[in-house]
Amino acid sequence: MPSLKDLRNRIASVKATQKITKAMQMVAAAKLRRAQAAAEAARPYAERMETVLANLASGVSGSSAPKLIAGTGADKVHLLVVCTAERGLCGAFNSSIARLARDKANALKAEGKTVKIMCVGKKGHDVLKRQFEKDIIELIDLRAFKQVGFVNAEAIAQNILARFAEGEFDVATLFFSKFKSVISQIPTAQRIIPAEIPAGTKATEAVYDYEPDEGEILETLLPRNLTVQVLRAILENAASEQGARMSAMDSATRNAGEMIKKQTQLYNRSRQAMITKELIEIISGAEAL
Amino acid sequence: MATFKFELVSPERILFSGDVVSVIVPSVEGEITVLAGHAPLVATLKAGIVFVQTTDSNGKEFFVNGGLVEVNQAATTILAEHGRFIEDVDSAVLDQEILTAEMKYTGSHNDDEKKRLHDTLVQLREFKHVFEQRKAA
Repeated sequence: MPSLKDLRNRIASVKATQKITKAMQMVAAAKLRRAQAAAEAARPYAERMETVLANLASGVSGSSAPKLIAGTGADKVHLLVVCTAERGLCGAFNSSIARLARDKANALKAEGKTVKIMCVGKKGHDVLKRQFEKDIIELIDLRAFKQVGFVNAEAIAQNILARFAEGEFDVATLFFSKFKSVISQIPTAQRIIPAEIPAGTKATEAVYDYEPDEGEILETLLPRNLTVQVLRAILENAASEQGARMSAMDSATRNAGEMIKKQTQLYNRSRQAMITKELIEIISGAEAL
Repeated sequence: MATFKFELVSPERILFSGDVVSVIVPSVEGEITVLAGHAPLVATLKAGIVFVQTTDSNGKEFFVNGGLVEVNQAATTILAEHGRFIEDVDSAVLDQEILTAEMKYTGSHNDDEKKRLHDTLVQLREFKHVFEQRKAA
């Protein structure tokens, strides 16, 4: 049976924790609004880019198509780009992305393919390095940046492109969490090299004039498309992270509230029991006189 | 006057969206004026000013650096790599853009890319010159 002082201390510490989780929830809510706006603002660009790319790609014939669309022809080495958060305490957010990547990596290895992993964000690295320590080729740390943006995405895309140009891998897949709503984030795998032309976009019939020429435009457009896809992944991830943290902290606050209620009840009960016991002692003492 | 749908989007946001009379676009091979009913076209952009004429007497200007323009029957879209309202542009912003381009140029090892980055750099410097002259006038 814990003493009254123990109980008081326990209630105080749970109260302090509740204050922290409450504050974290409110901070996450404020950040979420900004992250969500950023993710939504980036969507039109990515969508238009896809349409233009689909229009252009339908025009190039098989053999002359750039490698970024057609692929290297091989399917041996896979690069998994795993985007996660830099911080924890956000529910299952990091682990669900990592799990998706791990399943994919295991499946590829079972097929006898080589897997290379590039981690964007520390938390995914922490999880994946337990099993794939020697497969991880790079960890990109974005902790120093308060607001990740185009510049960061560009650096990552350049890194991926340089590795592709060196022939380090044949297929690249991007792992991130798509932001659907505050309570629902969907871990997603997206193939980025060779570029996936979404089935939904219908190429227009029109014959385009190209300035300077088709090949050159594609050559500048494809790397840029990669940057945009990475940017979209990062922004969706940022919004998802805040959403996940908000709901995780919300339930933590609620759990703390419940715990305080229970502990307070226990405290009051044992306090009363103590008073009753003392009264009995006094009365029986008086009777004995 | 006949109008058409026009959108100017940068990776961060939509800068302009609406019906316009004409748009002047700085393509790598010279300025192009797009009017309603223009033939389908895809062109890459250089650093410069996009002039959007919304009505006969009203216009808006935007600064773009890199990207491309797509013209088709339905709409005209500019996908700008960097885009800003002209009011937000000053010499410091341009210097920053030039500095970034320079850093990319020196950091690059690919010959094709190097050539492209060099072109960008020249365009930016040229634009800065024009911009400052325009402001002085």
